[in-house]
Amino acid sequence: MSLLSLRGVTKSFGGLTAVNGLSFDLIAGETVGLLGPNGSGKTTALNLISGYLPVSDGIIALSGETISTIGPERIAHRGVARTFQLVRALPSLSVGENVLAALAFRKAPVWGRQAESHIERLLADVGLAGRAAQPADSLTYIDLKRMELARALASDPQLLLLDEWLAGLNPTELRAGIALITSLRQRGITILLVEHVMDAVRALCTRCIVMNAGSKIADGPTAEVLADAEVIRAYLGDDHA
Amino acid sequence: MMKLLAALVALAALAFVPAFAGPYPLGLGIGILGYGVLATAWAMFSGPTRYISLATVAFFGLGAYTVAVLADVLPYPLVLLVAALVGLVVALIVGLATLRLAGIYFVIFTFGLTELVRQLVTYYEVNVTRTLGRYVFLPIGPEHIYWQLLALLAATLAIAFWVSRSRIGLALRVIGDDPDVASHLGVRITRTKLTLFSISCVIMTLAGAIQAPRWTYIEPSIVFNPTTSFLVVIMALLGGPNRLFGPLLGAIPLFLLFEWLSANFPNHYSIILGLLFIAIVFVLPNGVLAAGDSLWSRLTRKAVRP
Ligand SMILES: Nc1ncnc2c1ncn2[C@@H]1O[C@H](COP(=O)(O)OP(=O)(O)O)[C@@H](O)[C@H]1O
Ligand SMILES: [Mg+2]
Repeated sequence: MSLLSLRGVTKSFGGLTAVNGLSFDLIAGETVGLLGPNGSGKTTALNLISGYLPVSDGIIALSGETISTIGPERIAHRGVARTFQLVRALPSLSVGENVLAALAFRKAPVWGRQAESHIERLLADVGLAGRAAQPADSLTYIDLKRMELARALASDPQLLLLDEWLAGLNPTELRAGIALITSLRQRGITILLVEHVMDAVRALCTRCIVMNAGSKIADGPTAEVLADAEVIRAYLGDDHA
Repeated sequence: MMKLLAALVALAALAFVPAFAGPYPLGLGIGILGYGVLATAWAMFSGPTRYISLATVAFFGLGAYTVAVLADVLPYPLVLLVAALVGLVVALIVGLATLRLAGIYFVIFTFGLTELVRQLVTYYEVNVTRTLGRYVFLPIGPEHIYWQLLALLAATLAIAFWVSRSRIGLALRVIGDDPDVASHLGVRITRTKLTLFSISCVIMTLAGAIQAPRWTYIEPSIVFNPTTSFLVVIMALLGGPNRLFGPLLGAIPLFLLFEWLSANFPNHYSIILGLLFIAIVFVLPNGVLAAGDSLWSRLTRKAVRP
């Protein structure tokens, strides 16, 4: 049964069509890579799914119910959580409060005493054990990314949208990051991840969707898609095909 | 908790001030309490969101006017209730119209709103009731006004304390930091902002209503004086809008300073006020106490380092 379904989804900014007639389905439990060169519309696609931007045309449905006509807070309550390509911490809050903000306003809210153990566990899961009291604006970039993931997981999502979450990690951190995402997959969370780190894509994604200039140009098992001539051309230019 | 206890004791002690104070100090006490209420209520909404509202005096004035209009018609407690409802209705309308605005647009709109309310009241009084001012004759002495304001201040601080610990308070802080993240976490932005804006405005309205009997004669230019709105912003920002007692602590010295300035430099008063407003909004948006805190932590951190 498909969890997420996009049909002819289009987004225009003035004269620029950033996403053009995009259609695909995600099966519950899948981890799917969303690939494509810079500016091909990947982030915009995530923004449309999470309700950050309204669609210009087309329909997005979650478990068969249309979500492209409702706001981000209601989409969040249906079980969609995300991270942002450029980390968006809540800087005046502590690390723990950043996570609490997700716990407190999700569909089944957790608040007060009960929230404390949740926060500790969520932070431990991303490697930030014992850091709850620290101000969020004192974290390093990598730790901010971890915190943002803990916050997204605190929303208890069915569908997690990750926008280049692994970008900028060193090899050790990358390995830990891949292990972390693998553990999420094992929990049954459906993941759509935008990623440029190909080793991570190979390790994590059973299936990949490739976009170029707003349109889908490939969709299939990871190994096949990455060997696809059109995909290589989109990434590297005509000379390499 | 200790702080809270100390505050309760202090409030109880303050209730005895009218027994000892002469009319002039009691007048100062009323002024401080009035501004303390306004600044605390202002910070409840504007502290976390950083929305600088200049509509304070619109609500304050509406409260005073409601009392002036209804004092002869209804029993006093009912008049206060009506004033609170008037404040609530106007806050909901204004909130729905403005809370989507951000930054300077919100500041300008709230300032414009105050002028609009003043003009509307003036128009109504001149053209419909055919008088500009109204007399308020209520058998309520300054000591009663003082006690009512003290009670309102205690209630305002209690509400602010509750908000700071509640989910809705956290929601407002999240919105203040990043409204997009807030909505992606499931925070209902409009509802949250509207609720706290309304609570804050109802308190401001009551502050005006309670002080109405002090003037005896009320007209729009007195109770809708925009200086009040600016003063409240300065007080709250100077004391620290994100601390429970910050706005109150800002209100005390500034009220006294401006009393002195307006008595001694009536012609330069607004210029000084304006300069101070600009300086504080730009330089110390988190308040003097917070600035002191961060300076302190910087100094102590330096001292620890070898
Ligand atoms: N809010 C926006 N307003 C105008 N143009 C935008 C906006 N967001 C993205 N774009 C444009 O849409 C195109 C796709 O951008 P994006 O989705 O960020 O690509 P990717 O994530 O694949 O690098 C780019 O040309 C970008 O400049
Ligand atoms: Mg992108």
